[in-house]
Amino acid sequence: MTVDPTPVLRVTDLTTRFNTQDGTVHAVNGVSFDLADGEVLGVVGESGSGKSVTMMSLLRLIPTPPGEILAGQAIFEGDDLLSMDLGDLRKVRGGKVGFIFQDPMTSLNPVVTVGDQIVESLAVHQPGRRKAMRLRALELLQLVGIPSPEERLRCYPYELSGGMRQRVMIAIALACNPKVLVADEPTTALDVTIQAQILELVKGLREKLGMAVIWITHDLGVVAGLVDRVLVMYGGQIVEDAPVDEFYAQPRHPYSQGLLASLPSATSRGDKLVNIQGQPPDLRSAPASCSFAPRCPHAFDRCDRENPVLAAVSATRKVACWLDEVPVLVGAQSDETAKGQVGHGR
Amino acid sequence: MTEPKVHASREVVAATASGAGPKHRSLRGDVWRQFRRHKGALVGLCAFMFVTVASFVGPYLMPYDAVEIDIKMRNLSPTWSHPLGTDNLGRDMVARSMVGGRISLLVAITAMALSVFLGTTIGVLAGFFKRLDGVLMRLTDLFLALPVLPLLLVIIMLFRDSLRATFGPEQGIFMLIVFIIGITSWMQTARVVRGEVLTIKQQEFVAAAHSIGTRRRNVIFRHILPNCLSPVMVAAALGMAVAIITESALSFLGLGFPSDFPTWGRLLYDGKDFINLTPMRVVGPGVLISLTVISVNFIGDGLRDALDPKLRSR
Repeated sequence: MTVDPTPVLRVTDLTTRFNTQDGTVHAVNGVSFDLADGEVLGVVGESGSGKSVTMMSLLRLIPTPPGEILAGQAIFEGDDLLSMDLGDLRKVRGGKVGFIFQDPMTSLNPVVTVGDQIVESLAVHQPGRRKAMRLRALELLQLVGIPSPEERLRCYPYELSGGMRQRVMIAIALACNPKVLVADEPTTALDVTIQAQILELVKGLREKLGMAVIWITHDLGVVAGLVDRVLVMYGGQIVEDAPVDEFYAQPRHPYSQGLLASLPSATSRGDKLVNIQGQPPDLRSAPASCSFAPRCPHAFDRCDRENPVLAAVSATRKVACWLDEVPVLVGAQSDETAKGQVGHGR
Repeated sequence: MTEPKVHASREVVAATASGAGPKHRSLRGDVWRQFRRHKGALVGLCAFMFVTVASFVGPYLMPYDAVEIDIKMRNLSPTWSHPLGTDNLGRDMVARSMVGGRISLLVAITAMALSVFLGTTIGVLAGFFKRLDGVLMRLTDLFLALPVLPLLLVIIMLFRDSLRATFGPEQGIFMLIVFIIGITSWMQTARVVRGEVLTIKQQEFVAAAHSIGTRRRNVIFRHILPNCLSPVMVAAALGMAVAIITESALSFLGLGFPSDFPTWGRLLYDGKDFINLTPMRVVGPGVLISLTVISVNFIGDGLRDALDPKLRSR
């Protein structure tokens, strides 16, 4: 990975809420992370932990109302995605940031041919002669490994299988050579063999095209094989931010530990599966305490009083847990702890 | 990269095996295939085509003129040369029914187009823009609550003469009737389309369209509208039936076209006084109205089935 001092995307303190009839849902609470150029970032967490909403919020794709992006910045190439006007944002969407959705069965328009849907993206960002755009669409279908692409261009989505459709989705997302590709659980709706193919495809494309990838998933196996760095989300917050090998070797947050412990392994055959006791938090109240505390085996009185802030515990890792409050390692901590102190005041 | 290729080529084999050979299947072809399975719709389509062709081409083939008065031949019962008899001025009823069909069908098609256009526009706006939803749907409720027939009568009384003066008797009344039918029958379409748009708006492909930077206008025209086509088609077919009936009712009340421009409703109105003497004068246009309305309804039914991708992909 190229080590670039300025991240391609820097998200700080992103907060998104949904104002529903049952009250305000605090879906994303002060999420901050960096995405380095060319990096593959895995975002894991259970359903409702705010993974998708975070990424949708970045491109302001959440419906408003009921959604509302309350605070935060998302600096992409020097501009804040969250405050730029819609016209500029439209140039980023699809042009510089590609988005792949979870379910290929529903994310293609059923009444428009595959070719036209790819051309649509090109027409928005790199308008040219229709013939040239068709040619580029053909090239893209070849790139994502669709056989006899000339014929497929004229196909309607219902004539393609799930795996083929997801390839088309990837082709659309890649149409304008984006700097960042956001993949929102792109393999969840596919069966395992197709999943593996799509993973291989994205890996290969990333090496070929060199874009940064944000891969949202709840499959830790996928994470291990693909990503450079892991973000663990829980209750709308990032609880751990770690390089992938360190994350597997030594998860710091009790939730990450629980997640990894609940993975079945080949040696534990016949044993009962380990699970994390309890229910995910109700997001209808603003987090005042650690949202994982009720399920945490190590919870102590401070966890019920204050919400831990994501703080650096080493040069490469950040954890939001009071257990890690006492810095274990020295170096580059002073300002981070200071940031943590400010957070306590809130 | 070899894995995907192997898999994908298998997919092609499967597609070729299950599809109709290497020839490409188009959406239109599939719709037509499904439409043909609906026997009622096919019969309806044939009947409607027959009525349309008879109305527009038939008069040229008839030996009698629709407006030529032959007083010696008046009030004839059906004979071989006059299958529906003649009216009280000796005009052949078959010829008159054919010519009447022209205006009735033209009114039906234009009024339907207007009503579908209004209904779709209002439905899409209400469904897509949450801020307009309340206002537009209350407007729709308001129109639904209006008693249509009295309203029609008042409008015609008020505007008939001025429109006649500006556009001539035939065109003036044609525009008036189309306009009136159009603005009083768009409400159902608007409601159905709004509901459809609300569902489609939530679907992932709309979010996907936004995510590639598509403008809102294009999202509406390229992604949302084509997907609510099937209820719109059904609404169009039903709207045509309603338009034919409303036009007949207006003419029957004597407020439609003047008697020298025969329409089916006008023929009924003129014939009702002679119902004891020449009953076929009423039966002919009456049957034609019913036949057209029924066949159009069947066509709409078949179209709905054919345009529904869930039914089609069987």
